[in-house]
Amino acid sequence: MKVLLMGNPNVGKSAVFNRLTGASVITANYPGTTVEFTKGRVKIAKEDAEIIDVPGTYTLEPTCRAEEIAVKMIDEGDIVVNIVDATNLERSLNLTLQLVKRGKPMLVALNFWDETKHTGVQIDVQKLEEILGVPCLPTVAVTGVGIKALIEKIPGAKVSSYDFEDAERWHEIGKIVESVQRVSHRHHTFLERLGDASIKPFPGILITLGVVVGAFEVVRQIGEALIGYVFEPLFENVWAPIMLKLSAALGGEGFIHDILIGRLIGGNIDFRESFGLLTTGLYVEFAAVLPYVIAFYLVLSILEDCGYLPRLAVLADTLMHRLGLHGMAIVPMILGLGCNVPGSFAIRIMESRKGKFIAATLMAICVPCMALIAMIFGLAGEYGAAALVPIFAALFVTWIVLGMIMNRFVKGEIPEILLDVPPYRIPYLKGLLKKVWMRIFWFLKEAMPWVLFGVFLANIFYSLGVISFIGRIVSPVIAGLFGLPPEAAGGLMVGFLRKDVAVGMLAPLHLTMRQIIVACVVLAMYFPCVATFAVLLKELGFVDLLKATAIMIISALVVGGLLNLILSLF
Amino acid sequence: MPERITLTVLVSGRRATVVEIQAGQGLIRRLGSLGIRVGQRIKMVSRSFMRGPVTVKVGNSRVAVGFGAASRVIVEPEGEGK
Repeated sequence: MKVLLMGNPNVGKSAVFNRLTGASVITANYPGTTVEFTKGRVKIAKEDAEIIDVPGTYTLEPTCRAEEIAVKMIDEGDIVVNIVDATNLERSLNLTLQLVKRGKPMLVALNFWDETKHTGVQIDVQKLEEILGVPCLPTVAVTGVGIKALIEKIPGAKVSSYDFEDAERWHEIGKIVESVQRVSHRHHTFLERLGDASIKPFPGILITLGVVVGAFEVVRQIGEALIGYVFEPLFENVWAPIMLKLSAALGGEGFIHDILIGRLIGGNIDFRESFGLLTTGLYVEFAAVLPYVIAFYLVLSILEDCGYLPRLAVLADTLMHRLGLHGMAIVPMILGLGCNVPGSFAIRIMESRKGKFIAATLMAICVPCMALIAMIFGLAGEYGAAALVPIFAALFVTWIVLGMIMNRFVKGEIPEILLDVPPYRIPYLKGLLKKVWMRIFWFLKEAMPWVLFGVFLANIFYSLGVISFIGRIVSPVIAGLFGLPPEAAGGLMVGFLRKDVAVGMLAPLHLTMRQIIVACVVLAMYFPCVATFAVLLKELGFVDLLKATAIMIISALVVGGLLNLILSLF
Repeated sequence: MPERITLTVLVSGRRATVVEIQAGQGLIRRLGSLGIRVGQRIKMVSRSFMRGPVTVKVGNSRVAVGFGAASRVIVEPEGEGK
């Protein structure tokens, strides 16, 4: 038995899916979180059933790719669970009536039932059930209310007996809404007023500035606290003695020793410079990067679940049009700040080829991932704002300028934004924490092998003398253009694999502030990590990715060279 | 004859009724599925700024519409003070 979960975007299909199957699909309070369908299994009436989370669609007359996928899925399903937004019954019923015409057994879940109270909406579920002739029930998916009843009712799904002329659909909807729904007048809630205020240019832009500064500060504070009070002491006090014992057991030198432990510095392990798999490899991932990743995903998930991102999309729309994108393109950019891999998946939110290409290229070049940002904080932090501001300003300015250039030269239309802006919602804590945990776990699983492989490769390169060899070959660029020592070539080589390890390789070189700035910017720009590259290959195709790569390399050369030149004037 | 204006110039906080959408079937359908259809009452939440999108309240939801699409939506504002 195949059960399809269908409904408008942002009605909580993925939340219902997670509840039904116990699975963990990322949910968020903005339309378009799910761009591909997801499958899961659950026992319904002792029978094994497949549940399919279909991307949201407003109509079965598809207007975009996600909707096309949704429409194609219908024929495969045995039962349709139509999830509707109880606070937006009229709009939701448009899809419901189109589903009715398909003649599949279905039932209707009225989600966000808890919100009907404060929006002043009263729905007579019994009456709706009688009119449509299919089971209807109220649910609150994020907290799990009504999910058990839903599972029990799925076998009772019926083909709707409701008959109407399709041309008169909106008229029919009007009649249904009139007979089942009472709307009582009520005053705007504080959240509603805040919601509307944050979408207006004024005070919306001020609120945005507050959110950005606040988010940055919170991420920094949590990240630093986790490093200072948890991870750093753990490594120094617990892990270092174990590693020293292991080092002694391995005889203090030799190939295996150098791969696992690295070089002892003054007879001791220096987690930043020893560069063994078990020392620097683990340290980079857990003590330098992970704390910021945890902090970032916590803040991101709160912003997502409360519904801030679509408002930011609306505010940013005018600017994004200049870059050949539209407002929703901020979603992949913000996800990219966490890790460029999920950011690359999210470029599907862009409807046109032009939008996808520009969004992907801009993200790959100018949006540093949290792993890279964390390492930049570590490397450039001692110089404070004097080093950090030029690095991030250079990336931001390039983002704008490159976007404007690509907007001019990449052919194609920029579709306009047409977006349902959901109400602000107070995040459901358990769901929020689960999402943060899922993302952290996913990050470790994705990143860990590459980090260890990167450290391993760095060691091999060093011992074979590859780095000094390559360093000599590319020295006109590295030394001449960027003003970096030839050994920095090692970092740039490993940067293809992982940016965090690459920055880690720069630490023992004791660079000047100018060199640190240039190196960090070039590392961020010249190429995304392999994991991102693989996703982009799938999303853009070979030819477009080749073009994007050329833009990346040129940008890194131009911006890195210019920065070196400008900074040498001071 | 009541005043007819494009959605882009409707003042924030003002209510209006959609009377015409001067666009092809595709856009009419897309706007319609979000509740912006002929005969619907809407309220301006946030007016366009530098040719950016407008945000209107339709029923219980807020919908952001790009400037180009919004300039094809013709509305009849309701009297002041409502």
